[in-house]
Amino acid sequence: MAEYKRPENEQEFKENFKQKKPLMNDTQAHIESSRCLFCYDAPCMNACPTGIDIPLFIKQINTGNKQGAAKTIYDSNWMGNACGTICPTEVLCEGACVYNEQDAPPILIGRLQNHATISVIKSGKQLYFPGEDNGKRVAIIGAGPAGISCACELRTLGYSVDIFEAKAQPSGLTVHGVAPYKISNEEVMAEMDYLQNQLGYNILYNHPISTKEDLKKLESDYSAIFIGVGLGKTANLQMTGENLLGVHGAVEFIEELRSKHSEVKIAQKVVVIGGGNTAMDAASESARLGAEEVTLAYRRGKESMGAYDFEYDLAVSAGVKGLFNASPVEIIGGERVEGVRFVKTEIVNGRLTNIEGSEFTVACDMVIKATGQAKQGKLLRLIDKLTLDEKTRIVVNSDTNQTTNPMYFAGGDAINGGAEVVNGAYDGKLAANGIHQWITDNQRQPKT
Amino acid sequence: MSKKDKIDLSVNFAGIKAPNPFWLASAPPTNSGYQIMKAFDAGWGGAVWKTLGMPTINVSSRYGSTNYGNSRMAGFSNIELITDRPLEDNLREMAEVKKHFPDHAVIASLMVDTRQEWEDIIKQVEDAGADGIELNFGCPHGMCERGMGSAVGQEPEVLKTIVEWVKQAATVPVITKLSPNITHITDPGLAAVHGKTDAISLINTVKSIVGIDLETYAPYPIVDGKGTNGGYCGPAVKPIALHMLKDLMQHPEISNTPISGIGGIETWRDVVEFILLGATSVQVCTAVMHYGFGIVREMEAGLIDFMENKGYTTIYDFAGKALPNVTEWKHLNLKSEVRAKINEDKCIGCDLCYIACDDGAHQAIALPTDGSRIPLIIEENCVGCNLCSLVCPVEECITMEKFDDGKEHETWHELTEQNRIPNTWNDDRAGGKGHYVPEPTEALKHKRKDKSGINNKAM
Ligand SMILES: Cc1cc2nc3c(=O)[nH]c(=O)nc-3n(C[C@H](O)[C@H](O)[C@H](O)COP(=O)(O)OP(=O)(O)OC[C@H]3O[C@@H](n4cnc5c(N)ncnc54)[C@H](O)[C@@H]3O)c2cc1C
Ligand SMILES: Cc1cc2nc3c(=O)[nH]c(=O)nc-3n(C[C@H](O)[C@H](O)[C@H](O)COP(=O)(O)O)c2cc1C
Ligand code: SF4
Ligand code: SF4
Ligand code: SF4
Repeated sequence: MAEYKRPENEQEFKENFKQKKPLMNDTQAHIESSRCLFCYDAPCMNACPTGIDIPLFIKQINTGNKQGAAKTIYDSNWMGNACGTICPTEVLCEGACVYNEQDAPPILIGRLQNHATISVIKSGKQLYFPGEDNGKRVAIIGAGPAGISCACELRTLGYSVDIFEAKAQPSGLTVHGVAPYKISNEEVMAEMDYLQNQLGYNILYNHPISTKEDLKKLESDYSAIFIGVGLGKTANLQMTGENLLGVHGAVEFIEELRSKHSEVKIAQKVVVIGGGNTAMDAASESARLGAEEVTLAYRRGKESMGAYDFEYDLAVSAGVKGLFNASPVEIIGGERVEGVRFVKTEIVNGRLTNIEGSEFTVACDMVIKATGQAKQGKLLRLIDKLTLDEKTRIVVNSDTNQTTNPMYFAGGDAINGGAEVVNGAYDGKLAANGIHQWITDNQRQPKT
Repeated sequence: MSKKDKIDLSVNFAGIKAPNPFWLASAPPTNSGYQIMKAFDAGWGGAVWKTLGMPTINVSSRYGSTNYGNSRMAGFSNIELITDRPLEDNLREMAEVKKHFPDHAVIASLMVDTRQEWEDIIKQVEDAGADGIELNFGCPHGMCERGMGSAVGQEPEVLKTIVEWVKQAATVPVITKLSPNITHITDPGLAAVHGKTDAISLINTVKSIVGIDLETYAPYPIVDGKGTNGGYCGPAVKPIALHMLKDLMQHPEISNTPISGIGGIETWRDVVEFILLGATSVQVCTAVMHYGFGIVREMEAGLIDFMENKGYTTIYDFAGKALPNVTEWKHLNLKSEVRAKINEDKCIGCDLCYIACDDGAHQAIALPTDGSRIPLIIEENCVGCNLCSLVCPVEECITMEKFDDGKEHETWHELTEQNRIPNTWNDDRAGGKGHYVPEPTEALKHKRKDKSGINNKAM
């Protein structure tokens, strides 16, 4: 039975997609910040991919200096607010909090972070100013977390920045991919506006870079180029029935969900295929949209799933049923999907093996494929001398994020194959400094 | 009959009898008969009525506080004067309280000016049924500007004279309440004894400014943009009170005078500590203002459990038992050594002990090199100062272990007597010699590692 009623309007949608980490009020923040021990060389800080000085900002919250706390956060991470609510803190900062060692609840770092950043975003207080114009221009492809962070940092260093974005909104998967119960569209956009208002970079929306000519133009107009294109659409399963009506890619399904909310009509019986965090999200989201039955099918055992345990638990608590050691062989149906045929699997000599004769069918009227995103190889291969690794990830120097084509720098999902927003934020900032160093060293003039 | 039933908490304090030693100090909780009856009903054994005296006017906005982390009112400050309720109302209610609670101690706190005023008001409160009188020589704000309160408490001669007047007029026991705003508490203590006081209570509040408002630049509590020094009390002042109590109890001429301990008392532990230093009743204000009269239940239950565990039947069985152990520095054993020890199973790796010892003490803790975060004590460097064990957030994680064999004993006093005190820095007996301190430039090698070195710290 469904745990959630179908949301008929925005109000009901909001209830079903209630924020998992709601904004802390001042009292909550004061109590929570009081617990922080101000550890030396704090483990939480070392566990944050952007190295935010966590004990410092928590102390600032505790002493009533929320603005200072927000500054501490943004000094390390341009996506400070989004990260506070959407980072998998359980495996990052909060997972490293020393309190865990005594089975005491860790400090709720993410929510404290959000508490501080939301307050400056709401006030509109300008914390950063563009650096003195140095006459150099940098192009950024993709306005996702990596691209935006790179832009912010470059602006503080005095560069003028144009971001070329294929879609109509900034923040990439933060607004198109992240589950709605982690952050609202408004909150994502508020941070985007806050940053852009302070630092004044240009974003050219609906402006995909897709041809060799586009690239040549960028190369001639700009001193350096940052690639923050993330990943592509959901990868194909290469399976019969994949094109039936009712079969969706997870990324596309979620993107539609994020923009249409209660207007998305979920089917009665949904099968989600995959074992990663995206699969967990898609399953959770289907359940919250009011599907009667959501089956999460993964070809290996539960323990082998790539998803974090807490994401699986969240899906289960939303009413999702796990189906393990079941590998899809075929999606069946006439015009529309009617079910998925699975074969049971087991591990034989360390290898995943189908158990012969164990096929069975799960009836459904919707299938969500959450089996990974395709890479951006098509675009990336157009760039001269750009080395990609065997998984189509861009190879970069980890100190500067410079690619093998010196004019190009890169970051985010395009170099790590799909991680978190916080990694994109770190990469963008690092790359901006790499660009600055490289341009300063070469004193490159923009080509005319 | 259980052991608990044998425990008798009742006290006879300089002739004032009460069912237990938990009394309310003269303060807002004892403003009215209503409050005192409610308190007695809740379990308090006595109450010192809010100081009666002459007509006053109070200001609006009266209290300030020191908050620490998530703890409210770790210290508390007030600029309130003595009662502003009509004397007749107070006297009428006092009589009514005594009628309902004949066995509880009701003590009238008084503060007036001339001898005649003292004699008149003593008669009035005795007629109302007061079991005792407390002389308020402590209030450090407002009243002292009018020559009363701490203005008296700071002048031993004046104090003695007033105590003498009061003793001649009073038929009930007299308690002299002392102000801590003085260099030697034994000076007013002795004056009170010479004036023939029956008992002493201390401390009153400590002159203080709890903070400044960063918008108006006025001290708290703010009265129309201005403030004045307040009287500080609450948990923060307990150590001052304990010390002064000890000073009086160790003074040969004062120690026979019963003392009611006041200052930061909130829990049964506080109560036991005051009794161990010789107090035979305790008075509470801030804790009640914070939590209400109900806190007495925790005090009473804790005190009874303590007494049961130790086999005491009355508080007189252990009153003053800590006094012989409070000595002068020169009598401490210089040969006693303790060293910090970290319990690795408990350590959570906050490394606060490391940075505390390295920056704030004796560079006797090293960070681990094995990838864990459990620090190591460098035994040769540890002077046994306790700091690490005090900062460690985990109970019983850093313990101070005895390091000497307990056979040797030598004190500064003995060294002085034997003419053996060190007179050069190279003297082998000088404690600091040979203790390792890194070269000053070592400090610059401790660059804190930064994730990326790309943070906008300068902006
Ligand atoms: C379903 C899902 C849920 C997720 N949940 C979380 C979460 O809860 N927490 C978390 O931290 N992370 C989450 N992530 C991961 C996170 O969203 C990404 O790691 C992060 O957004 C990567 O940032 P990016 O800038 O590298 O790429 P993206 O966010 O993908 O942004 C790339 C941008 O480039 C644009 N672009 C692409 N190609 C071109 C082109 N040729 N020309 C111009 N523009 C182009 C895109 O339109 C997009 O705006 C999730 C991801 C998915 C798919
Ligand atoms: C361990 C210790 C040693 C101190 N030694 C001195 C000293 O040598 N000289 C001095 O003037 N004050 C000394 N003080 C007093 C401090 O300088 C300071 O006045 C006092 O601790 C109050 O400030 P605080 O509340 O910030 O600790 C010492 C304090 C501490 C805690
Ligand atoms: S590890 Fe936990 S307690 Fe220590 S500084 Fe970080 S948040 Fe605070
Ligand atoms: S007791 Fe003092 S000197 Fe010894 S390790 Fe602890 S802090 Fe350092
Ligand atoms: S202070 Fe205590 S818990 Fe923290 S590192 Fe030191 S021993 Fe471990």
